[in-house]
Amino acid sequence: MLDDFFTRALIAGIGVALVAGPLGCFIIWRRMAYFGDTLSHAALLGVALSLLLNVNTTLAVGAVSILLAIVLMALRRSDTLSSDALLGLLSHSALALGLVCLAFMTWVRVDLLGLLFGDILAVTPLDIAMIYGGGALVLAVLVIIWRRLFAATVSPDLAAGEGLKPEHTELIFTLLTAIVIAISLKIIGALLITALLIIPAATARRFSASPEQMAVIAALIGAAAVVGGLYSSLNYDTPSGPSIVVAAMALFVVSLVPGVQIVRRVTSSTKGDRP
Amino acid sequence: MTNSDTRLVQLDRAGIRKGGDWLVRGVDLSVSPGEIVTLIGPNGSGKSTTAKMALGILNPSEGRADRKPGLTVSYVPQKLAIDWTLPLTVARFMRLTNSLSDAECRAALARTGAERLMTSQMRTLSGGEMQRVMLARAIARNPGLLVLDEPVQGVDYAGEIAIYDLISEIRKTLGCGILMISHDLHVVMAAADQVICLNGHVCCRGTPSDVSRDDRYHALFGNRRNAAIAVYEHHHDHVHLPDGKVRHADGSECSSCSGEHHHPSHGDASAEKEGGIRNAG
Repeated sequence: MLDDFFTRALIAGIGVALVAGPLGCFIIWRRMAYFGDTLSHAALLGVALSLLLNVNTTLAVGAVSILLAIVLMALRRSDTLSSDALLGLLSHSALALGLVCLAFMTWVRVDLLGLLFGDILAVTPLDIAMIYGGGALVLAVLVIIWRRLFAATVSPDLAAGEGLKPEHTELIFTLLTAIVIAISLKIIGALLITALLIIPAATARRFSASPEQMAVIAALIGAAAVVGGLYSSLNYDTPSGPSIVVAAMALFVVSLVPGVQIVRRVTSSTKGDRP
Repeated sequence: MTNSDTRLVQLDRAGIRKGGDWLVRGVDLSVSPGEIVTLIGPNGSGKSTTAKMALGILNPSEGRADRKPGLTVSYVPQKLAIDWTLPLTVARFMRLTNSLSDAECRAALARTGAERLMTSQMRTLSGGEMQRVMLARAIARNPGLLVLDEPVQGVDYAGEIAIYDLISEIRKTLGCGILMISHDLHVVMAAADQVICLNGHVCCRGTPSDVSRDDRYHALFGNRRNAAIAVYEHHHDHVHLPDGKVRHADGSECSSCSGEHHHPSHGDASAEKEGGIRNAG
């Protein structure tokens, strides 16, 4: 079954979406969309590095993202620049730097469009193993830190005052985001990874009465967007990343239709009492 | 003075420096079980910063902040910034930092009169409801130390008294120490054991009860009859002269107070208060 490139892309994409959904909820709750963008744009630098050193792309991208995530956390704490300006600066610098580095390496042929927008032809069985291995690790850690991370999201001061050490939790969360970006690169592409984190989560908001419920629904909506997007990518020969994002956006628009909101009210009235 | 062994939290000449400026400096403070300590002062006087040192959120740049080992702290911050994308019911918020059964949640909410809000979304709560829910969450943890940052913010006058009464009752039933911030210079709980007036440093401190008999402060703060409201005691070691100079207790004068002390507070507060009395009368 894994011989078929499309099946591989489908399995890989669904795996990515299942992890991106819950993590994306935290990204939007914490207003870190731009932060995610910066990390994903830096993924191109990781690709350049992997080609230069001839190592596995996902590992190199993961290493660069994790390094950048740590630097960003440190810069954020030092208050040297406003977060927004800092991220904007780093986001585009990282993207430009990655592109320039790739252009310098004339001896390798790089499918730039595939790197930026995803390529379903590129998914190998090893990629699938990394997505599911890395994804399982990310979800397991997320479950472990869930309560502390959620408390730190609602109020970092409250979490710190009650002894939950939010700065540790936030660092772990940032590392998880870096891992997800590394494993999503081939399917979605560096430019659009944040979309798969944010759009399914924002769509899930309208159907959710509790944060935990929203995380699960976001994972499912993301998986649906991946399936829809990859099929249209196959049928219309469009790049996989944009197709998935368009499918996700279509789901978001549907969730805004008044009729759909009635479903939300029913959902909240039946689930509202639950913890 | 209480024995240092029983102190829940103690600040010793503690101060925080940020970007070359002292936000607050030289604060001595301790809270013992069953004691209510109230911090008052104008905006930017370092009340929240002092509370954050006591909580361990900020590490003092100088001096010490010590908490009793194994102490359970509950913190009610000034406000919560909950993003619209975050679905959060009161019941879920109650379980933010520890596990609680439905019955425990309900019991804590009932104590603050917020039981009916159990299934409401946090974003839809009014100011007073929010304070009651945050208080309920704090007491459900059964804390040894309760830190309240402006617990009557956004609450109307009647609600203010109800919340102050509630806080006295919490102190009685839980036996916890309470560190409370109030921006209100003239409304301070009669139940407070100690009031500390901050303005970049500790301006003055004392019990509020003596002061209610002081004619000068009657004139300053008005003669309110409700027992939940009292004034704080002022022991100035210095007087602010009209020309901005400061006269110390020993008679010496200088152009400003020692430490980071700009002191618009007392004059402003009394002016504000007199305005209030005129309006009321």
